[in-house]
Amino acid sequence: MPGHIVSSYDTDLEDLRRSISEMGGVAEKMTAEATDALVRRDDALAQAVILADKRLDALQRDIEERSVLLIARRQPLAIDLRETISAIRVSGDLERIGDLAKNVAKRVVAISDHAPAQKIVLGVRHMSDLAEGQLKDVLDAYASRDIQAAHDVWERDGEIDALYNSLFRELLTYMMEDPRNISFCTHLLFCAKNVERIGDHTTNIAETIHYLATGETLAGDRPKNDASNYATVDGGKAP
Amino acid sequence: MNAASAIPTVELNRNRAEESRPVRIAVKDLNFYYGSFHGLKDVSINFNDRQVTALIGPSGCGKSTLLRCFNRIYSLYPEQRAEGEILLDGENILASSVDLNDLRSRIGMVFQKPTPFPMSIYDNVAFGLRLYEKLPKAELDVRVEESLRKAALWDEVKDKLRQAGTGLSGGQQQRLCIARTVAQRPEVILFDEPTSALDPISTGRIEELIEQLRDEFTIVIVTHNMQQAARISQFTAFMYLGQLVEFGPTNRMFMNPAERRTQDYITGRFG
Repeated sequence: MPGHIVSSYDTDLEDLRRSISEMGGVAEKMTAEATDALVRRDDALAQAVILADKRLDALQRDIEERSVLLIARRQPLAIDLRETISAIRVSGDLERIGDLAKNVAKRVVAISDHAPAQKIVLGVRHMSDLAEGQLKDVLDAYASRDIQAAHDVWERDGEIDALYNSLFRELLTYMMEDPRNISFCTHLLFCAKNVERIGDHTTNIAETIHYLATGETLAGDRPKNDASNYATVDGGKAP
Repeated sequence: MNAASAIPTVELNRNRAEESRPVRIAVKDLNFYYGSFHGLKDVSINFNDRQVTALIGPSGCGKSTLLRCFNRIYSLYPEQRAEGEILLDGENILASSVDLNDLRSRIGMVFQKPTPFPMSIYDNVAFGLRLYEKLPKAELDVRVEESLRKAALWDEVKDKLRQAGTGLSGGQQQRLCIARTVAQRPEVILFDEPTSALDPISTGRIEELIEQLRDEFTIVIVTHNMQQAARISQFTAFMYLGQLVEFGPTNRMFMNPAERRTQDYITGRFG
């Protein structure tokens, strides 16, 4: 695409892209390290994740402010307007991803005294690996404006939901087996839910990329495989 | 992109109701020549009834030339000629049989710089009426007031109708010109950059006015202000080098134009 006649306009948009990319890097690292901390019961790493969230929040505020200024000063249209609006949306999703990773990290501190039920923790790890992969792919798609890659991410969100669903059932079983597991399992359940939500925000970003590239909003339901809303203790059968 | 297109999307066109309005002016294969210079090339475009259509494009792209065809102002200059058809309510206004005075009372025009006549405010508005219609004084008064009200100028000038029109501010002068145009009860009003010489407050008043005039008139406006086109029009046409590059609902044109050249122009990029 040719550059703007006013070259500082290009600089403004380029700066927004760079900040989004930096936020993406921080959010990816936080997601991976929060789960590492959970699997290894590593309090120090968990604290580092909690601290990193401040950087993410600051970046998000900065992107929002610069986007608003850009709208006020340049009145962007067409692709420029979509790019500006997308920067606001994506930075919002990345900020939320950071919050969710931070929440996982906080729970690491809360459950660090418990005997590890490694099998279940590894279930969360597996979910998190999927979510991290999705996040990485969607950030690459954003950087390269690759609409097909964004659609692939969008289509795959169901896998994370399906894993969450089975983990949910497994945790219910553990809790029923021995009430002493309840506290630990509840924390793990929230960790799993947080990872599942990270997947949802990643899917939001994929939708934003579609809007950015085409000017159209994706309609239709997302591929969802989360039946845990319907699960019950007795039998746990989803409809 | 194949798999991508399988996912349904929400359509951006939110002004479908406007698209269904009947066509008031149909331009078919219009070519225009300034002597040997080919100013408009095979332009075909429809203007819907009681809608605002904005013409945008860089200087010299043919927007004003297109406007000048609608009321055949160009016929003042013997070396200029138009070929093709412009149908106003089905009648070709380019035909030699068309009465130009009648045509110009049906298609009014407001220019970039306010052009009040050197006479009183009242006489400015009454000028065309006296020329075309022989009205009794009382009825003339009613028409003048009605026109000044429609141009949102009445309250500001009702106590000084006998003062010179040229003594008004720039924005007021422009509204006076709109009142003079409206007084003829035209079907179509052409605006050629009507606010480019006005401050933001006067510009706001004119934009508000155009919005109201849309209830009665079919409006075509040439503007260099992209945001203005986006604000006040329902349809936008982008012209470049004498050709119509893209035409569509304004929302789509400014959010997601189909043509690369349109996007480059409205976003201020090198073409």
